[in-house]
Amino acid sequence: MLVIVCYDVNTETREGRRRLRRVARVCEGVGQRVQKSVFEFQIDLAKMEELERRLLAEIKPEEDNLRLYRLAESRGCEVREHGVFKATDFDGPLVL
Amino acid sequence: MQTLLNTLYVTTPLSYLHLDNDTVRIEVERETKLRVPLHHLGGIVVFGNVLVSPALMHRLADNGQSLVLLDGNGRFKARLEGPVSGNILLRRAQHEKANDAAFTLEVARACIAGKLRNSRQVLLRGAREAKDAADASVLSRGADDLAAALRALPGAADLDVVRGVEGEAARQYFGCINFIVRTDVREDFSLDGRTRRPPRDRMNALLSFLYAMLMNDCRSALESVGLDPQLGFLHAVRPGRAALALDLMEEFRHQADRLALTLVNRGQVQAGDFTLHEGGGVTLAEQGRKTVVVAWQERKQETLSHPLLEQPVALGLLPQLQARFLARTLRGDMESYLPFLLR
Repeated sequence: MLVIVCYDVNTETREGRRRLRRVARVCEGVGQRVQKSVFEFQIDLAKMEELERRLLAEIKPEEDNLRLYRLAESRGCEVREHGVFKATDFDGPLVL
Repeated sequence: MQTLLNTLYVTTPLSYLHLDNDTVRIEVERETKLRVPLHHLGGIVVFGNVLVSPALMHRLADNGQSLVLLDGNGRFKARLEGPVSGNILLRRAQHEKANDAAFTLEVARACIAGKLRNSRQVLLRGAREAKDAADASVLSRGADDLAAALRALPGAADLDVVRGVEGEAARQYFGCINFIVRTDVREDFSLDGRTRRPPRDRMNALLSFLYAMLMNDCRSALESVGLDPQLGFLHAVRPGRAALALDLMEEFRHQADRLALTLVNRGQVQAGDFTLHEGGGVTLAEQGRKTVVVAWQERKQETLSHPLLEQPVALGLLPQLQARFLARTLRGDMESYLPFLLR
């Protein structure tokens, strides 16, 4: 299934900027960045739970904000993309 | 049911594959071109001059994902694989059965029967779709020849006879497969029997390239169910030769043949996509190679209803399934090996 994660991390402090980097790093390991703080993941429920747990370990609930959206199975009709960035479909042919 | 994990193919020379947290990052001339999270991948295949960081190699080995090195023409060079796992009892059964002449003959016959039947479907389909009556008659005659070979198979008393039947049938098959190619490109893609090492015409180059990729998939499939890909039944054992993978591959060759014909007939691959070398060898050029790899990957995602399991299966998973059937046969859980038959 497709999971979308977006976050706001308070970067006013040095500590906050550090959290932002760490949150992004966790996301990059599992899915792909589609906008500055929006990630898409093609994962199952178990992986999603794990991802959520890892993200919760990084953020500070008093200052930051994290949202996870679960989208139904079939990918391709739920997302319409416009503009410069084109996401990679990890189920399609991966040839470079 | 296991899912078909994707394979990452890197054909761009001088790309550098890095491990970046849990993703593969591909850089070309210091510019990141693609990032793929590792959990999407079953393996990575690189062509020719591509660099892979040691950290990534270690991670792939840890995860049990394979790294395959092919040369620029798609010929197999090496494979990096983690520790041999799988079931030693299964491998022992395989080695014991390989000494059992009756069993060996039966599996060899099944492989060839699968190959002949599926190849025959390629010819029959070609005959059905042929625009020209002369082409259609050549193709249906070829199909009849294969049918005759198929009937001769049960009477084959030993392996050499099976190999003889196969060789003769292959000669007839490659003698007429050319008539499926569209008339206006038939001259560019003329095929006068099968040639290899090196392929001497474009069609042979295309077939060799596709067979190399199919071979990799079959070998991975065998290894993932814990069989020894080197010890075959039909193909003789030779150092460095994945004989069992070649056995398993026989019943899937039609997939490569069909794809080659489709690519040529649709004009997706053209005469200019090949490099003609001095001395008569022909290879796919870089752009053509990419087209073929993409088409192969897309083809593997297509599903068909499996005749035995009666559920939809991705084409790319078929070698896995057949490898599992073979393992069951070796263990004695299944009475005889049934090749995959195209309906």
